[in-house]
Amino acid sequence: MAVKKTLFDKVWDSHVVQQIENGPDVLFIDRHMVHEVTSPVAFLGIKTRGIRVMYPEKTFATADHNTPTINQHLPVADPLSANQLKALEENSKEYGISYWGLGHEKNGIVHVVGPEYGITQPGATIVCGDSHTSTHGAFGAIAFGIGTSEVEMVLATQCIMQTKPKSMRINVEGQLNFGVTPKDVALYIISQLSTSGATGYFVEYAGEVFRNMTMEGRMTVCNLSIEMGARGGMIAPDEKTFAYVKDREFTPRGDAWEKAMAYWSTLPTDDGASFDKEITFDAQNIEPMITYGTNPGMGIGISNGIPMAESMDGGVATYKKSLQYMDFNEGDSMMGKKIDFVFLGSCTNGRIEDFRAFASIVKGRQKADNVTAWLVPGSHKVEAAIKEEGILAILQEAGFELREPGCSACLAMNDDKIPAGKYAVSTSNRNFEGRQGPGARTLLASPLVAAAAAVTGKVTDPRELMEPELAQ
Amino acid sequence: MAYDKFDILTSTAVPLPIENVDTDQIIPARFLKATERKGFGDNLFRDWRYNQDNSPKEGFVLNNPIYGGKILVGGKNFGSGSSREHAAWAVYDYGFRCVVSSFFADIFRNNCLNIGVLPVQVSPEFLEKIFRAIEADPKAEFEVDLSEQSITLLATGEKEIFDINGYKKSNMLHGFDDIDYLLNIKENIREFASDRPL
Ligand code: SF4
Repeated sequence: MAVKKTLFDKVWDSHVVQQIENGPDVLFIDRHMVHEVTSPVAFLGIKTRGIRVMYPEKTFATADHNTPTINQHLPVADPLSANQLKALEENSKEYGISYWGLGHEKNGIVHVVGPEYGITQPGATIVCGDSHTSTHGAFGAIAFGIGTSEVEMVLATQCIMQTKPKSMRINVEGQLNFGVTPKDVALYIISQLSTSGATGYFVEYAGEVFRNMTMEGRMTVCNLSIEMGARGGMIAPDEKTFAYVKDREFTPRGDAWEKAMAYWSTLPTDDGASFDKEITFDAQNIEPMITYGTNPGMGIGISNGIPMAESMDGGVATYKKSLQYMDFNEGDSMMGKKIDFVFLGSCTNGRIEDFRAFASIVKGRQKADNVTAWLVPGSHKVEAAIKEEGILAILQEAGFELREPGCSACLAMNDDKIPAGKYAVSTSNRNFEGRQGPGARTLLASPLVAAAAAVTGKVTDPRELMEPELAQ
Repeated sequence: MAYDKFDILTSTAVPLPIENVDTDQIIPARFLKATERKGFGDNLFRDWRYNQDNSPKEGFVLNNPIYGGKILVGGKNFGSGSSREHAAWAVYDYGFRCVVSSFFADIFRNNCLNIGVLPVQVSPEFLEKIFRAIEADPKAEFEVDLSEQSITLLATGEKEIFDINGYKKSNMLHGFDDIDYLLNIKENIREFASDRPL
């Protein structure tokens, strides 16, 4: 009997070009995505060395981090941002890389457009200079974020040097409760493991909850893997994966499709394969989640109180500093806390299902007067679907506007910054101090919780606003 | 980009006894707009270091002239968050060559190794010892010896051995980087790529 292997082992081992003794593996990269912020210095690097991009057809460029989300047809006002965008365009042209810049119909957040056009495929190795590259793991790919030196390595040689991480399987079994979304599942897991609980590991998500999850939900979960310290997360490809991938621009067709499917079907973890660590959670214990602190591990079920400092293992001073930044107190209830901003978007929750969920709550209601809402689709494709499905009309009737695609307030590199001291319920992935603007206070949550906050002006349990029979 | 060789570093250290120092603190995203690797040190810990009107914040360690040196000592889970190498550049560009903590986030550690900053992971007890030594004497010196993989508190001679991947160690000792290595095996890569489906 052959050695039993995990999904991760199968994909990793088939990409090792060389094993360096006492060192990392040389790992071949199938797909490389670049954006304007982490690539210019890498391109400069290869230019300085006087070398070319080895496989330009395996690298894809999109502009997203630094782009405005209104008036994209106008020149970008911030000269530094404009300079980065220009550098990306020129580098793409110079080295023959496909480039989906601002205004291009395929433009959008790198981790949203990759799957949309079939760049993301099962069994592939995918890297990008952005830590949420882990999103693509939803397809059974090994996908992770890299630094700029590594971007340069991939441009130059289509390989990077990596030590094989340890493996962890996280099972969530049972049925999700009413009002609980993939975002809540991920925030729950992170709150249980802490932001460093999976450092050094590559995670496979398994069990009933992930089997039943849509592809977009799986992307949300894999996206957040990095927030518990993991290198990445992945989910075994199945019929849902194949149905999603089929007939997209960069996916194989005809015979090649049949062959690819046959191969992909061999990827799931063998029965009896072993993991360095395995954890199981019960879906019944998961509620709609919200964060109250300054790292994504500081999350609680929305109806719970903020934990007391003594109940934290270690780091009491750090914990208190974090609550001080948020201007919250130990023991406070999150419900009813007044908020100022709502951000729906990012590669975590900027896809069509997220907009559908948001619209399901705001439909027939009105945006609260004290709330500024930024609704930012993950891509032009998502934007088009929002319009086609009539979601835009629902949003507009409720007093909301739709912006143009990009990373926006997820990292606030453009003008979409939450002002100092203000509270934002945000569907993105990081609530670090200043992440959404200097002094901004972020509460991470699902699109449902964001919608409930947007119409009530305060932290509200979305289940109070949902019809149980419609929620299935 | 190849970097300076790292062998033995003897220096005072700057203490930052905070846990979960994330990459957005190390360098906020709004400072990532450069297209060259220059000037990031000015914005290291920007929002902890400066008020909104750009005046230095009193009380932040980098603004306190009694602390200095090429070693930065941080609390547990240092460098969590983003994959941006800019965080490591900022640390390097400010003048640090070594970061000490009891635990590092993966990508940050890797990024450091790629650009010539040595991440030294010590036990929580030793980390405490370092913090206490600096508290007692801000001019306390430390010796980081990469060949021997050791960090020593020179005043008392207390020493701890740290781990580092053998390949990365040799790169740092020689000032080589990974691209030099990969370019040398380009033919193997080409051959490997020829029968990949994608
Ligand atoms: S939306 Fe946020 S996390 Fe996603 S790619 Fe953009 S900046 Fe990175």
